Amino acid sequence: MPLSDKLKEKINKTVSKSETKQSALIPVFHEVQSEHGWLSQESMEEVAELLGIPPASVQNVATFYTMFFTKPVGKHVLWLCRTLSCALRGAEQVEHYLSEKLQIHTGETTPDGKITLLEAECLASCGTAPVMLIDDELHENLTKKRIDELIEKLRRE
Amino acid sequence: MPEMRIIRTYVDRANSESIRSYIASGGYTALPTALKMDPLRIIDEVKKSGLRGRGGAGFPTGIKWSFIQRDSKKPIYLCCNADESEPGSFKDREIIERDPHQMLEGIIIACYAINSHKCYIYIRGEMPKGARVLETSIYEAYEKGFLGENILGSGFNIDVVLFKGAGAYICGEETGLLESIEGKNGEPRPKPPFPAQIGLFGCPTIVNNVETLACVPHIINRGAEWFSSIGTPKNTGTKIYGLSGSINRPGLYELPLGIPLRELIHEYGEGVPKGRHVKAISPGGSSAPVLTAEEIDIPMDFDSLAKAGSMLGTAGVTVIDDSTCMVRVAENLAHFYRDESCGQCVQCREGTWWLEKMLAKIEEGRGRMEYIDTLLDACFQMKGTTICALADGCAMPIESIVKKFRHEFEEHIRLGKCPFGDRHMGTWDESN
Ligand SMILES: Cc1cc2nc3c(=O)[nH]c(=O)nc-3n(C[C@H](O)[C@H](O)[C@H](O)COP(=O)(O)O)c2cc1C
Ligand code: SF4
Ligand code: FES
Repeated sequence: MPLSDKLKEKINKTVSKSETKQSALIPVFHEVQSEHGWLSQESMEEVAELLGIPPASVQNVATFYTMFFTKPVGKHVLWLCRTLSCALRGAEQVEHYLSEKLQIHTGETTPDGKITLLEAECLASCGTAPVMLIDDELHENLTKKRIDELIEKLRRE
Repeated sequence: MPEMRIIRTYVDRANSESIRSYIASGGYTALPTALKMDPLRIIDEVKKSGLRGRGGAGFPTGIKWSFIQRDSKKPIYLCCNADESEPGSFKDREIIERDPHQMLEGIIIACYAINSHKCYIYIRGEMPKGARVLETSIYEAYEKGFLGENILGSGFNIDVVLFKGAGAYICGEETGLLESIEGKNGEPRPKPPFPAQIGLFGCPTIVNNVETLACVPHIINRGAEWFSSIGTPKNTGTKIYGLSGSINRPGLYELPLGIPLRELIHEYGEGVPKGRHVKAISPGGSSAPVLTAEEIDIPMDFDSLAKAGSMLGTAGVTVIDDSTCMVRVAENLAHFYRDESCGQCVQCREGTWWLEKMLAKIEEGRGRMEYIDTLLDACFQMKGTTICALADGCAMPIESIVKKFRHEFEEHIRLGKCPFGDRHMGTWDESN
């Protein structure tokens, strides 16, 4: 999908507010990803041109950061924390439960393209473990019941 | 016993994040006081308070600020490190989400002190709520004239920019953070030069943690003497401790620096679940060497933990009980650091990968006795030899686990399987 005129305008505004063109790159990636859901080769090339940065270096930065998707993902992304404090509160069991419920492994997307299940590192919510981030919302103290409700809601949409 | 709340005083109150609530509870009164002070006096006051950085290293804040050449021809930057990604640490997120103006007021005072007109707040990408709250708070502060041009008629200008990360622990390392703001991979820079000389865009820069900056308005309001009377002589003020893992009352507890670890775990945290016993404690975020149950009588401050061969770090305490396999704990940590290594240094890139692989082998019962010393060797090789401290942060806890729980490693190897059985790590209270 090419960048819309509206998005390009937004990008140009971001660039004009940044100290250097390069320093607009990460904010611009956020803008593109929030519209498109991911960063396609095509959109990265357009960003490279708008910012006057070599396409290879744009791609290099995109792949460094785990939250930028350089391959398509589901409509919703589940980031389940796997790190120590969550693991001590059963994150492995939560992962099994989610993976069975969604019928996918971690790292995969449901066949209907709705949900991608990913592994996150410590989400700064260790005191309310186990936790997961669904898109822009954090969910703490996960139980089976809570997970059922959350997934049901995503499926109904 | 109640906490000693200074920073957390209002976090439980409804709408505590709004500027109205902050002002109603006496917020933004340190700012006019500070703006009437000579900036050098502010730095002096912070020095006298004894405030040490809350981001992990405990470096004295006032001394750090004094490294800035205030009459620099180049712009001076302040960066607020809101990347909080250290496993076991969840204190900054609460400040950001529940009392952000406290941190903003600290930022404004810090900028005035170091003669900076621009601050970047670097928030990790996995804190979307925090980012939404901060966007509003920054807007509110501009509206009230606490940010922007000619702040409260002082003639001083400050702009604050919120910068969202995108999932990389290494961007919490101060020079990784600067690289990321510059639009590059968050690969730490060799030091020296330190950011105070050559930082963001090649300009003098101070990087401070969220909790550090949140202390500043209180120091201005109540004085260095008051602040330094809390805690111990060289570890002043309160600290927001985090309790997580196997503990009855996980959460945040603000207490004077130097609180005994035993009290924190058994009184505030109400101990480990019934029928279990403390086995190990990670006292300051996952990069700190672990303590055994016998080492629990230690004051939780920078110097006492350093003396015991560990560190206070972010004061995120993770409790591990006797139902947990320490080889799996080590493997879980190695996985984290392998995942998060930026890959610039061979010792770190390969060391983290190799440690995880060897630990997995031992856990699965495919280890050999000689692996144990090889693990220790590998940890030794990773320490003090890399561009940043991530490699040390991986080697230190793993080395401590191998040394202090060597018998568990030997048992895995002798039995050819995990003595804890192949059930899952930890327990999920799935019906809460
Ligand atoms: C791998 C690594 C990750 C770090 N992550 C953070 C972080 O998330 N937040 C933070 O404030 N400091 C972090 N630090 C420490 C910073 O480099 C820096 O020392 C700190 O932000 C300085 O602030 P302070 O003086 O107020 O403590 C990290 C350091 C390392 C080596
Ligand atoms: S120690 Fe690791 S994380 Fe730090 S710069 Fe080297 S490779 Fe990167
Ligand atoms: S370990 Fe899961 S939030 Fe920290």
